[in-house]
Amino acid sequence: MKNYLYASFPSLTCNESLARGVCAQFAIMLDPTVEELSDVRTAVSEAVTNAIIHGYGNADGQVVMELEAEDDMLTVTVRDTGRGIEDIELARRPFYTSKPGEERSGMGFAVMEAFMDSVEVESAPGRGTTVIMRKRFLRDG
Amino acid sequence: MKLKLSLKGNELNAALAGELDEHSAADVRRKLDDALRDPDITRVVFDMRSVTFMDSSGIGVILGRCRRLIERGGSMNVINAQRSVEKVLRISGVYKLCNERSGR
Repeated sequence: MKNYLYASFPSLTCNESLARGVCAQFAIMLDPTVEELSDVRTAVSEAVTNAIIHGYGNADGQVVMELEAEDDMLTVTVRDTGRGIEDIELARRPFYTSKPGEERSGMGFAVMEAFMDSVEVESAPGRGTTVIMRKRFLRDG
Repeated sequence: MKLKLSLKGNELNAALAGELDEHSAADVRRKLDDALRDPDITRVVFDMRSVTFMDSSGIGVILGRCRRLIERGGSMNVINAQRSVEKVLRISGVYKLCNERSGR
């Protein structure tokens, strides 16, 4: 089975719960365990929050979420056309935050990595960021 | 997200309910900081029993309050987290900060 969903929404924090709800509903058709489903919800929330807070810095913008299901694999792509990331390696480091004055945990990417099988980040300053996350649902795992 | 605060001696119990993400974090942070204006509060217990979702925005809220408490010689604890919330707390090292300086 192959399925696909494209969603685009404004960079409002109220859309975080919308995005993870849509993603969870989409992922259910892959028959995940309760734990796998909550992992996906958390990872999506991190990626969408990053797009809103860091990509657009709370300014107006559009966040794109693409979901793809193929066999037992879910691929989630979250894309913004915001300011981009200068040093991806640094941004992915646990506890690193580019906004230290704002009481951020710096755990966004670390959580995505812990909860998904793979996390790819493509970014260029001034051109936005794309995060591609994959998770395989192992029914007898 | 709902937040119920109750004070018992110097200990503030913060019972959270619902989803704690970036969207709801600001309100929770403001309410907790209002309560922490009382300098006699030296301990906060976050009761996560009814938290159905939390991402790293929630970690920021907890760690920020923890820092303030440690500065005044106090401590915090995080209890009753559901499995998915517990996982985020564990990865972020929050449990290592629990009861620090409690002297118990």
